[in-house]
Amino acid sequence: MAGWSTQQGQALALAFDNIDTDQLIPARFMSVPRSEGYGRYLLHDMRRDDKEQMSADFPLNRHEGISILVAGHNFGSGSSREAAVYALVDAGIRAVIAPSFGDIFANNAINNGLLPARVDAEKVAQLQQALKDAPCLASIDLTESRLTLGDITLTFELDEGWRVKLINGWDDIDLTQQHTQAISAHRDNRNKAAPWAWPNKPE
Amino acid sequence: MSAPRTMLDKLWASHEVLRREDGVSLLWVDRHLVHEGSHHAFAKLAERGLSVAEPALTFAVADHYAPTRNRDRIADPKIARMIETLRNNASDHNIRLFDLSDPSQGIVHVIGPELGLTLPGLLINCGDSHTSTHGAFGALAFGIGATEVAHVLATQTVWQRKPKAMRISVEGHLGFGVTAKDIALNWIAQLGSGGAQGHAIEYAGQTIRDLSMEGRMTLCNLSIEGGARFGMVAPDEITFAYLEGREYAPSGADLQRAQQAWRGLTTDEGAVFDREVTLSAADIAPTVTWGTSPEQALPITANIPSPDATDPAKSNSAQEALEYMALRPGQPLDGIPVDQVFIGSCTNGRIEDLREAALVLSGRQARVPGLVAPGSARVKAQAEAEGLDRIFQDAGLEWAASGCSMCVGMNGDVVAEGKRCASSTNRNFRGRQGRGARTHLMSPAMVAAAAVTGTITDVRPLLQGRAA
Repeated sequence: MAGWSTQQGQALALAFDNIDTDQLIPARFMSVPRSEGYGRYLLHDMRRDDKEQMSADFPLNRHEGISILVAGHNFGSGSSREAAVYALVDAGIRAVIAPSFGDIFANNAINNGLLPARVDAEKVAQLQQALKDAPCLASIDLTESRLTLGDITLTFELDEGWRVKLINGWDDIDLTQQHTQAISAHRDNRNKAAPWAWPNKPE
Repeated sequence: MSAPRTMLDKLWASHEVLRREDGVSLLWVDRHLVHEGSHHAFAKLAERGLSVAEPALTFAVADHYAPTRNRDRIADPKIARMIETLRNNASDHNIRLFDLSDPSQGIVHVIGPELGLTLPGLLINCGDSHTSTHGAFGALAFGIGATEVAHVLATQTVWQRKPKAMRISVEGHLGFGVTAKDIALNWIAQLGSGGAQGHAIEYAGQTIRDLSMEGRMTLCNLSIEGGARFGMVAPDEITFAYLEGREYAPSGADLQRAQQAWRGLTTDEGAVFDREVTLSAADIAPTVTWGTSPEQALPITANIPSPDATDPAKSNSAQEALEYMALRPGQPLDGIPVDQVFIGSCTNGRIEDLREAALVLSGRQARVPGLVAPGSARVKAQAEAEGLDRIFQDAGLEWAASGCSMCVGMNGDVVAEGKRCASSTNRNFRGRQGRGARTHLMSPAMVAAAAVTGTITDVRPLLQGRAA
């Protein structure tokens, strides 16, 4: 995964609260290998009408080339499906700005280079107001935690560990493999102190 | 004397391999549970040519895509492929798989406890948000995404920042016909579906102590619906009694030693939580969701709220939810007609749940069709031994094999577009049970009552003379 520290792209308001991961990608699409691409499933049902046609009034259907979404509360709540993040990333989204995120979703986002930027609800409303239903060029500086959109500049909240990880594009498995000795020492100690923590082998 | 510690502090400390400068901990994982949906993680492993670090601590089960009918010949090639992929991954990495025909197969969060794989004091991961269920035993159990699943497979560890500690204390006795499901929907309605984000919840108080393990699992299971990745209950005699004789659980001298350790997990007197919430059991009624988020829940005696009267920040969501649900403000919840019912899931698919539903259905007819999918093959066998399957079928409901089934619809058990389902599951999200499906969450007994009357209704009159 490539790291990044600045991003410039078209931002669009998706002014809904509680866009859960079942909305981001309905369960029926998750059996496909990632290599086939998940972008086409992003918000699949939300952006289509009863007849499976793309709804003309849905913001994401009206504009192309969007890479930053400004969404409502509790974005990505629900299921742990990382496919929700794959759908966003494969559709070209690099950052989501929202007042709050589902905890597991935010973790998954970081693991795929997608920024979940937390901004208080009032400022999100300002951004959405500025965007209405037209995209606007926005820029993000991860090092400074800064978002600029039109004449609005604000700072967002991001866990320090996550910032470093996004900037460096670190892969956790590589990082962890530097700690093999500590892990194996922990395992041995635990095995002595809590042998019951290993499953009994049924006959 | 060291400072008093919460159960979270103790569990965290015993699993922390190291802590980075930025405060993120590397934690040892005692049990890793995988399912068909873990295919992305196995693919990542394969890409990098890595193997599973601790196959003996890793267990696999077919549940999300498990057909509940005609398992021998799976008609849908996509579903067959998902299950076949799991088989191949389990066999390639030497992981014990509970396959479709295994007498111990079932929903991962039902079989973990059932088999004694879930124990107090463990750290348990699974690529599923309802992993919080296992916290009911006093375990640190949390759902992870595919990248993290791959990491656990490869290293048997997980990076995690310690969450804030939150305690929800429930005091007093639950009223007649009120269950753990109602406690959960009640606090989520109060605090919101993101209300406990960033926190690990410890459930405490007399009401919780009085709950069975099944009830505690239901409560911990639903923690994620209030935003908390972790839910937990301190282990006690009820926990120990549940674990007795479970095949993967310790026995003999090991068990003695384990129980001693488990007793020490309880939060110390005077330990400080970042957040405390207290509920009175007496204030909790059988609760039903009316919208498309678990926080949109009310007592069965209430009317659908007017979006204008709700918190202005939530009125848009309420309006959209009512449109999707085809309900109108002021309409009483009691009496809303349903098209079908579903009893099952990792939330409420255990034997006690089926008993509670059967108590309502016994000798009665369902006015609407419905499906009962037991949480596991063992729950199914136990229910059949008790004759519960006959009660469901005599009432006109379908009795099927175990799996996640209509809770998530991956196996083809879906609610048709525009249909309304009374469901003992965990998510009333749009489209969760099928595209355009309208879900009302409630306890299994309340689902049974909806089956009997064909409407969302108060189960309590139907329980008169039947339950203590």
